[in-house]
This record gives sequence, structure tokens and C-alpha cells, in this order.
Amino acid sequence: MANELSEVQKSLIGKQNKKGQTYTDPHHLFFEAPRTPAFYTGSEVIKEAIRRASVDVMVAYPITPQSEAAALIGELYAEGYVAEYMRGESEFAVMGQCAGAAFGGARVFTTTAGPGTMRAMENFPMWVGSRLPIQMIVTCRGINSPLSIQPDTLEMYFLLGTGMLVWHAETAQDFFDWMLKGYIVSEQPDVHLPLALCCDGFFVTHTKDTVMLTPQEMCLPPYDPYRSPVVCMDMECPPVRMMRDPFVMKSNYISYMTHASWQEETRAACERSRKHTIPLIGGLIETENTDADILVVASGTAVSQGREAIRLLADEGIRVGLVKVKSLRPFPFEELREATKNAKHIFVPEFNVIGWLAQELKAALPNNHRIVSGPHVAGGMTMPAEVIAEEIQKSLGRHVETLAGRGS
Amino acid sequence: MSKEKIKICPEFFDIMPPEYRDLVEQSTYGNEDRGWKDIGNSKELIEAHSLCAGCPESMAFRYILASLPNPEDTVMVGSTGCTSLVFPMVAVHNIHSLFGNQNAVASGLKRALTVRFPDRIKDVVVLAGDGATVDIGLDMTLQAWFRQEKFTTICFDNELYANTGGQESGLMRKGFVAKMAPVGKKFEKVRLPEIARESGCCYVVNLTVSKPSLVEKVIKNAVLLAREVGPTYIQMYTPCILEIGKNSMEGLQEMRDSEKPGERFNYKEYITDEAKQYLADIDKKKKAAAITAAQPAAK
Repeated sequence: MANELSEVQKSLIGKQNKKGQTYTDPHHLFFEAPRTPAFYTGSEVIKEAIRRASVDVMVAYPITPQSEAAALIGELYAEGYVAEYMRGESEFAVMGQCAGAAFGGARVFTTTAGPGTMRAMENFPMWVGSRLPIQMIVTCRGINSPLSIQPDTLEMYFLLGTGMLVWHAETAQDFFDWMLKGYIVSEQPDVHLPLALCCDGFFVTHTKDTVMLTPQEMCLPPYDPYRSPVVCMDMECPPVRMMRDPFVMKSNYISYMTHASWQEETRAACERSRKHTIPLIGGLIETENTDADILVVASGTAVSQGREAIRLLADEGIRVGLVKVKSLRPFPFEELREATKNAKHIFVPEFNVIGWLAQELKAALPNNHRIVSGPHVAGGMTMPAEVIAEEIQKSLGRHVETLAGRGS
Repeated sequence: MSKEKIKICPEFFDIMPPEYRDLVEQSTYGNEDRGWKDIGNSKELIEAHSLCAGCPESMAFRYILASLPNPEDTVMVGSTGCTSLVFPMVAVHNIHSLFGNQNAVASGLKRALTVRFPDRIKDVVVLAGDGATVDIGLDMTLQAWFRQEKFTTICFDNELYANTGGQESGLMRKGFVAKMAPVGKKFEKVRLPEIARESGCCYVVNLTVSKPSLVEKVIKNAVLLAREVGPTYIQMYTPCILEIGKNSMEGLQEMRDSEKPGERFNYKEYITDEAKQYLADIDKKKKAAAITAAQPAAK
């Protein structure tokens, strides 16, 4: 498999950490180790994944709906599963503290949401350019005014251009598996990028679900900072003067080219993550019945609602296929083109007002008149399966009992 | 990092860049008595710089780098500004990430290095301008002190935003006319040294860089105290000769003028009793070691 470990990491496999957990080969941990069911909230699942992730440093800050998860990692620190834990003073500072810890060679974890993601935004392209494989859980919530704490995925739109890996989990099970697998992908020398692992706040964080957990006494091998494609800032390798003239002050082609090529390289690194991600999470997309004329393409919990809508429509004799988009960066262009090649109508339900996934699809797919951007809900509204089913039926010219009368 | 790590295979010695050969042959790594007097022949940490001719900041950089007690295990954190033009030429691992977040980065860095190297000393030193330290980054500067993060914060105070062309900053004198202060700055110079003392720094010094021996002593104290006792803060006047209308050779005089009694940069030091005791203990140990070394071996 492509996800190789360094010699240092390999030498630790089978040995125990101070909590008595055994450093386990990731492939074995993910695919062969026995799993036991647990009935947990999304926040508790985050805790259980981090318990097994050999994290060195976690920086926390309160913001709904990620506060519970961030505090639960504090319990892991108190128990000795996480080496260092602190509360920062704002998300901007938190992401700086995460950067400092990652520059210093630590495996770093943090969580944020909504306005916190926006406040911290300046850090994310910096993490990417500095090649810091930090994992950040984003429990999406509204960023509009007036103040909202409700689920809304608008913030993800802003993350798409940062250069980070951006994945969108549908369920707590996705979350548990992808957090552990995410570190393995992020830390590959030819990737070495931060991962924004997003979920829909409350819907995933605050609901209970049955999750198949790996054994508590197995954990990932620790991060090896000397696999980084850039120097670890610990003064353990000879320092060099990087350049005679810093590029920031030069207005010349060499300077521009340096910046441009590094941006290209970080984007290329994101694309290179595919070969590590695809075998680990089973492809960047998942499909069902893509030979149908009608498809629902969605990410996050919109997938779950889409799946229910497809069931409702099946009862009406309408056959609809499903595409679950798991990774937004890298964006699965080829996979989506292939999966949608038979579709005459493509519906994109989303929990945000602008419909960013539909925008992405319209830019990526041929004959994009096939794409219906919607239905959309926002500001914390739920998206009943009936709303999706109704949108599809209306587009087909069918008369439907509208749900619009619900309030009367 | 030990000096062993920087050695070059003899066959390749002659093709290595001269800076690297200097580093191997003349490095002061591991020399506890390294100091500003080494500046002439030990250029491993800094040689060229891209600042204006005569910029006092370039002197400050040399004195500080010459005074670090443990450069082979020191990581520096900078910020955006004139200092970020020098750091690419400094041969100590250094981090530039964003403008104003230097003390947040240093907090994470110091904690990570402590986790990774529990049995070794890894010094972290922040060096940033006054805009980064006091204006945009004030929150993170203070919060690091409240949390008692164990690293040194050095502020190069040139009393304005130099790199962007001389705009008003919080550390600018009241009444000074500058860009963005078109009729003169309307409020007093922020009293960060006093704020630093109240925020939990165990050692705070306000000075100019006119006297290299003094800078050396202060930097050594600040770094040693930050290891064990608590956060330390050094504010240094590094006038921007360009923006205050001085010539290249006038920087030193400008510093001497502003450190006179009653002036803004008259030497000022706050030190806690615990910090005093810690320095006295170090001194005592050094003296005892010197006496032992001077005595002929007993039979």
C-alpha cells in the first residue's frame, strides 16, 4: 500500500506507549483489527478517535458546537493520552499555537466552528505554505448575522481555496475512521498538508449513533517530523541561511516565480494525496445506482437526507441514484464525470444559502444545465427528505402535495 | 543539536558554501562564554543583512545572535516587518508565519519542543517589531505572559511601522507627526514594560542597543530566566533612521540621546526576587567553577 511509514515509525510498531497502548500498523488498525460497537455522540466519537491517534498537542477554544469535543480531549490529556493541551485566547491565536507546535515537530489536533473558522482564516493558507500536517475538525455552524449557532455549511466554501485537504464526513463512523486515516494521509512526505475534516454541527456532533470502534489498546504510530518535505524547526539539523535576499522584498520575476511555483506545488501535493486517500477511505466519492436518469449528489448529512429522499421516490416508482462526495479538496473531477455520465438530472441538496457544491459541480461537469442547485436550507433549518423528493418531482413536472402549507 | 551534526565529509568540504564552512570551523556552539566580542570572527549566525545602511536594527540583530547562550538549541520566532527581511539570513531555525501571531506560535512551539525533548533545553526567543508586539499582536503578547509561557519576547521598538513606510504605531511618542498621524499622534507611547511586569514577566528591560556589552548581559539574563522562572520581555530602541530623518551614521547618536536620564529609553529594569535569586545562583556556580578550575590539582 502507498501509505508507508518511516523506519523510525516502523521500529515502534508493536511497542507500547506510556498508557500501555500498542503502536499498531495503520493498515492493520483500519482494516483488520476487531471492531466493537459503541453508542456515542459525535463529540464522544472525536474523543475516541483522538485516544487512538497518538496526538502530541491539542489546542482548544470554546465555540458551539465543538466545545464539548474540545473539552473531552482535555479529559484525554488529564488521563495521559495527549501529551500537551491548552486553551488558546481566540481562534486566530489557537491556529498560531497549532502552527508553532507543528513547526516544532508535534502531531497537532484542534477543533473549531463557524465564526471561529472565519476568525482563524489567515492561518490556513499559512499552514499550507508551511506544510504543517495539522488536523482541524470543523463542526460547521452559521456565520451570518444576526448571530446563529445553528448548523450551516457556508464556512466550508471559504476553506475550499486555502489549499488544505477538505473532507466532509456524513456520519460519526466516517468521522472516527477519517480522523485516524487523515493523519496518515496528511503526514505522507509527498502530501504533508493540513486537513480540514468537516461535519455538519449538531447533526453529527450532538446526535448519538452506533459506531464501530477499533480496540482502545491500539494506537497510531507517532508522527515522525523528519519525514516533512520542509525543515522541522527544532535545531536538530544544520540551519542554513535560506537566501541572500528575501523574496518578499523583491519585485522581480524570480521572486514571483518562487511564490507561484510554491503555490502550484502545494496544490499538486493536495492532488497527490489521492493515491493515499483512495485506498484508505474507499475513493473520494461513493455511488449507488448511477445508471439512473436522476442523481442526487451531496456531501455531509445532505447525503443521509438524499438517501431517504431516494427511498421515498422509489415508493413512487421514480428511480434515483446517489453520489456521496467525501473529499472536496482534492476535488474528485474524474470520478464525478464518470459517475454522472448517464444522468439527465442532477440534484444537489445543501445546508447553505449559496450552494457551493452545485457551483463546483457546474464548473466540473459537462452539460451543466443538468444540475439543479438545491434544495437549499440554511441558518439551522433541517432538510426533511420530503423537501428533496418534492424538488425532484417538481422538476419532473409532477404535481406534488407541497409541504409549504406546514405552517398553516 | 551538537557540533558533531554540522560536520562536513572532508571530501566535500571545499565545495560547500563559505557560510557553511564558517559555521563548521568557527561556530561558537557549546561555548558558554560566547558574546558580542565574537562578532568580528564568528559569522555563523548572521553575516549579511538586507536592511538600510546604518540601520540600528542590524546592530541589534548581531548583538542578540552573538549573545544567545545556546544558539545550537535555540529556535526564534519572528513576525512581519523589517525583521522578517533579516531572518532568512539568520542561521538559527526561525519561523515567520503571520503578522502579530508570534507569541502564539512561540507558545505552541515551546510546548512541542518540551514534549519532544523532555531532557534537553530548547530555548525559544521571539523577536518582532513594535507593530507586531504591541498593536496587532498585543492580545497574544499579553496572553502568553498571563499563561507564563517560558520564552523570551524581544521587541525592536522603532516607534513606528518602518517596513510599510513610517505609519503611526502604539509605541510612537505622543505628538510625533507620521503617516496616519497627520496632525501628530494623539495619545501617549504605550507603556508596555510596565504592562509586561504586571502581566507576569519576571524580567523586563527597556534599553537601546548603543552598548553591546549591556545588550549581551540583558539577552543572556532574559533567555536563562525564561528557561526556568517565567516569561521575560526586552524592549529595545532600534530607531528607523530613514523615517525620523537621520543619516546612516547617526543611528548610534540617536540611541545615545534617547537613553539619557529622563528620556524614553533610559535603562529601566524590573526583576522579581525569584529571578534575582536565580541569576545570583548561576553567578555563584560560575564563580565556584572558575575557582576550581584555577586551583592546581590536589594531590
